[in-house]
Amino acid sequence: MILGKTILELKELLNTKKISREEVFSFFEKRIKKYNPALNAYLTVQDRMGNAAQEGPLSGVPLAIKDNFCTKGVRTTASSNVLNDFIPPYESTVTSKLKRAGYELLGKTNMDAWAHGSSTETSDFGPTKNPWDTARSPGGSSGGTAAAVSAYLAPGGIGSETAGSIRQPAAWSGIVGLKPTYGRVSRYGVIAMGSSFDCPGPMTLSVSDAAYLLGIIAGNDRFDGTSSPSPVGEYMKDMKEKRTFTIGIPADYFEGLEPGTEKRLREAIAVFKKSGHKVKSISLLSPKYSISDYTILQRAEVSSNLARFDGIRYGNPRTQFGSEAKRRIMLGTYTLSYGYYDAFYKKAQKVRTLIINDFKRAFKEVDAIVAPTTPVTALKLGEFEKYPFFGEMMDVMNEPGAMAGIPAINLPVGLDSNNLPVGMQIMGNYFDEGSILNLAYQFEQETELMGVIKRGVSNLK
Amino acid sequence: MEKKYTPVIGLEVHVELKTKSKMFCQCDANYFGAKPNTHVCPVCMGMPGALPVPNKTAIEWMQRVGKALNCTITANSKFDRKHYSYPDLPKGYQISQYDEPFAVKGKVTVKNPYVKGEAKSFRITRVHMEEDTAKLSHEGSNTLVDFNRSSVPLVEIVTEPDFSSAEDVKMFLEELQVIIRYLGVSDADMEKGSMRLEPNISVMKTGLGTLPPYKVEVKNINSFRFVKEAIEYEVKRQIVLLEKGETPKQETRGYDDVKRITYSQRSKEDAQDYRYFPDPDIPPFAFDEKYRRDIENSLPELPPAKMERFEKELKVKEVDAFILTRDLGTADYFEKACKALKAEKIEPQSVANIIINKRLLTSLKLEDFVSKAKGLLAAKKTDTALLEKNIAEVIKQNPQVVADVKGGKQSAIMFLVGQVMKMMKGQADAKTVIQTLKEKL
Repeated sequence: MILGKTILELKELLNTKKISREEVFSFFEKRIKKYNPALNAYLTVQDRMGNAAQEGPLSGVPLAIKDNFCTKGVRTTASSNVLNDFIPPYESTVTSKLKRAGYELLGKTNMDAWAHGSSTETSDFGPTKNPWDTARSPGGSSGGTAAAVSAYLAPGGIGSETAGSIRQPAAWSGIVGLKPTYGRVSRYGVIAMGSSFDCPGPMTLSVSDAAYLLGIIAGNDRFDGTSSPSPVGEYMKDMKEKRTFTIGIPADYFEGLEPGTEKRLREAIAVFKKSGHKVKSISLLSPKYSISDYTILQRAEVSSNLARFDGIRYGNPRTQFGSEAKRRIMLGTYTLSYGYYDAFYKKAQKVRTLIINDFKRAFKEVDAIVAPTTPVTALKLGEFEKYPFFGEMMDVMNEPGAMAGIPAINLPVGLDSNNLPVGMQIMGNYFDEGSILNLAYQFEQETELMGVIKRGVSNLK
Repeated sequence: MEKKYTPVIGLEVHVELKTKSKMFCQCDANYFGAKPNTHVCPVCMGMPGALPVPNKTAIEWMQRVGKALNCTITANSKFDRKHYSYPDLPKGYQISQYDEPFAVKGKVTVKNPYVKGEAKSFRITRVHMEEDTAKLSHEGSNTLVDFNRSSVPLVEIVTEPDFSSAEDVKMFLEELQVIIRYLGVSDADMEKGSMRLEPNISVMKTGLGTLPPYKVEVKNINSFRFVKEAIEYEVKRQIVLLEKGETPKQETRGYDDVKRITYSQRSKEDAQDYRYFPDPDIPPFAFDEKYRRDIENSLPELPPAKMERFEKELKVKEVDAFILTRDLGTADYFEKACKALKAEKIEPQSVANIIINKRLLTSLKLEDFVSKAKGLLAAKKTDTALLEKNIAEVIKQNPQVVADVKGGKQSAIMFLVGQVMKMMKGQADAKTVIQTLKEKL
C-alpha cells in the first residue's frame, strides 16, 4: 500500500488513518536496510522516529536530507573525511522548517564531497549507484537524495544545487527536482559550496510534492542576508489554475545531444504545442560560455569557503581533503591572488552580468524556457575520472540558469534506448516558481511521459 | 642627531564598538570578564553552513565615527573577505572592507593648549568596519582560544602619514578617544583593548620631501603609557641604522613593554596576500542622501566646537575650556551649573575654577553643587579676636622670619600667613589675614 506513494498521497493515507506513522517509518527503515548497502544512497540512517519539533502538515512523513544540511545532533559530513565525525550543534533553516512542519528524518544522503561533482564519485564514502542501473551514477552532487527518492528509500527529499546539483541527478535518476530562485530558500546551515549560487530545493516523485515542499521551506530568513523578502507564492493552489504560456526554446541548448535525449525532448515540446501553449525559438548566449565563467567564480568561492576547515577544529587536517576539493582550492586561491583578481574574478563577474541580462531580455519575450537538463543520460561509474571538468560538462545546460540565479525544474520525459530516464528542464523568471510549477503540473497531468517515475520505483523489488 | 631626521608616522587605530550584539550574529558583544566561550554561536564560531548577517546599528555607529572625523560617508559600500590562516580566525577569513569602505577622506584638527604651537591637522584616509578575532591565551605549551571576542564589531581608522613625533601621535590618540567617547559608541580604552594602535613608522632625512622607501608597523602597544615610549624607541632604532648607512627593513615589529623595545615579528618576504573579494554572503549597501544626512545630524556637538564655544561665549580660559570638554558628562554638567549659578551673578569662569581647581565633584546633585559652590565663593567670615590672638602667637614664635620680613624680604610673609591660617583651621579670609598681619608687624 505504501510503495510508490507520493508525499501528498502518504499524507492522505495518514490523515484518513489508513496507515499509521509508525508503519510508514518502519516501511522505509526496512527498505533502506535492504537496499541501501547496494545503492549507498544514505550515509547516516535514523533508526527511530522523534525528529519532529511539533505537529504539522508533514507529521508522519519521512524525508531524505542531503548530508550538507546541518542537522542538530545528527552527523553531517558533506561526504568528506574532513567532517567524518562532525555532529552539528545547530539546525539548518530548511530542516528547522521541516521539523516545525512535523517531518521525520530518515537519514542523511550521500553526495559529491563538498558538493564538488556531478556523479557522487568524489564522496569520501564511496559513490551512490543509480537504481535504474547500478553500474551507473545517479548524477550529483545530490545523487544520494536522487537515488533514495528514485528507489523509494524515501518518498521525497531535499537536495541543494550550486549549478545542476538538483536538476542533473533528478534527470539521471528519473525524478522531479526543483532548483528555486537564488534567495528563495535560506542557505543558513547548508555547508557552503559557491555562496552566490547555492540553492536548497526539493527532489520528489511529483510536481505537486515539489510545490508542496517548496511552500514549506521557502521564505525570507533573518539568518541569511541573501534570502529574499519576495513573498512566497501559493504554489499548490496556483499550480492547478490552467494558464497558457509562451515557451522559449533556445537552439544552442539542443546542440550535441544524444539522439535518445533529443527525441524525447522533441516529443515533450510537441505536447506543449498540443496543449495550446505558444512555442517559439529564442536565442540565448551559448551555454558553453558559462563553463569557464562559472568555474572561475565558483572555485574562488570554494577556496574561501573551505578555508575554515583548517585542521584546528573538527578533528581532521586539510590533508583529508580529496583531490577534487584540493584542485578547486588551488584554482580558486590562484584566481583570487594579488594581481589576478581583476583578470579572473572581476572579469568573470562582468560576464555573469551579461548572462543575467541575457535571461532578463529573454523573459520579456517568453514566460518559460524549455531545454534538456543534461546532454546525455546517466553515465557509467568511473567516467568522471577521464575528465577534469566532468561536473561542468555534465552541467553545461544548468550553469547559465545557476549563474543568473533563476528557478528551474527537471521533469523526467521518458526513457532512451538504454532504458535510462531523460530529463527536461523548465526555466522561469526570478521568483516566478509559480509559473514553472504551473507548466510542469500541466505537463504531468497531460502526459504519460512522467510514468518514468512510477517505473523507477519498481526498479528494486 | 634627531634634527637631522624627521619621523614619518601613519596610524591604524582599531576601536571596538560597544553595541549590544556582535557584528554578524546576535551574541552579546560585551565579553569583558565573561567566562571563555560563553558568548558564542555557530556564526561567530565559523561553523559549517553558518552565515553572517550585518548589525545595522554597528554600521550606523561606524558611520558616525567617520562623520565625526570629517569623512565622507560613501553612498555605495560592501564587505569583503580578507583571508589569512590563524587560530583566532575561525572562518579562515575576516569579514572586513577592502576598496569600498563606509567612510573616506577625513581630517582631525587638534588644538591642545598643553602642546606648544598652533592647532595641528591630521588627514584620515579611511574608516572601515570589520569583525574582531577570537582571543588567544598561552598556557605553557598550549594555546587556548576564547571566541567571546570573535566577531565583535571593530572600526578601523587609517590616517595619512601626517605625524612627525610621538607627541603628535599621543595628542591625536587622546583627541580620538575623547571624540569616540562623546559619540558613546565605545569605551575606547587601550588597557582593556577596546582601542588599539598600530603605527607605521619610518624616518626620513629632514627636508627631503619624499617618503622613505620602507615602513615598519609596530603592534602590541597595549596601553597609553607605552605609545610615546614605543614610537620613540622605534624612531631611535631606525636612526641608528640610517646613520650606519643602512635602510631599515620593511617589517612588522612587536612592542615588548617589559624590555621596552620593539622586536621583529614578520618581514616583508612573509607579507600576506589576503585574496580580498566581495563577501557573497552579504549583499552590497546603498545609502541614500537622507540616510547620510541623518547620520550627520545625529552627531552631538564635538569637543573642538564645544571648546571654542566655551571660550568665546562663556569667556572661559582656553586651558579650562579644554579640560572641561575632555568628557561630555563634565562639559554638560558645567553648562548646567553655569545656568543655575547665573542668577547668583557667578561667572562661568568661576564655575570652571570650582570644578577644576577646587575639585568640586560633578557627580553631585546639581542643587548640592550650586549651594556648595556658593559657599566656596562667598567671602569667609573671620573671628577678629581669635585672629589677633593667633597673629600675636605666630609673631612670638617666629622671631627670625619676622626679622626677615622687616628687613625687606617680603616673600617671607607668606610663611607667617600659612602659620596663622593653620591655627585658624582655615576659618579665615586670606586677604584679612594678610592685612592684619602687616598691620601688626
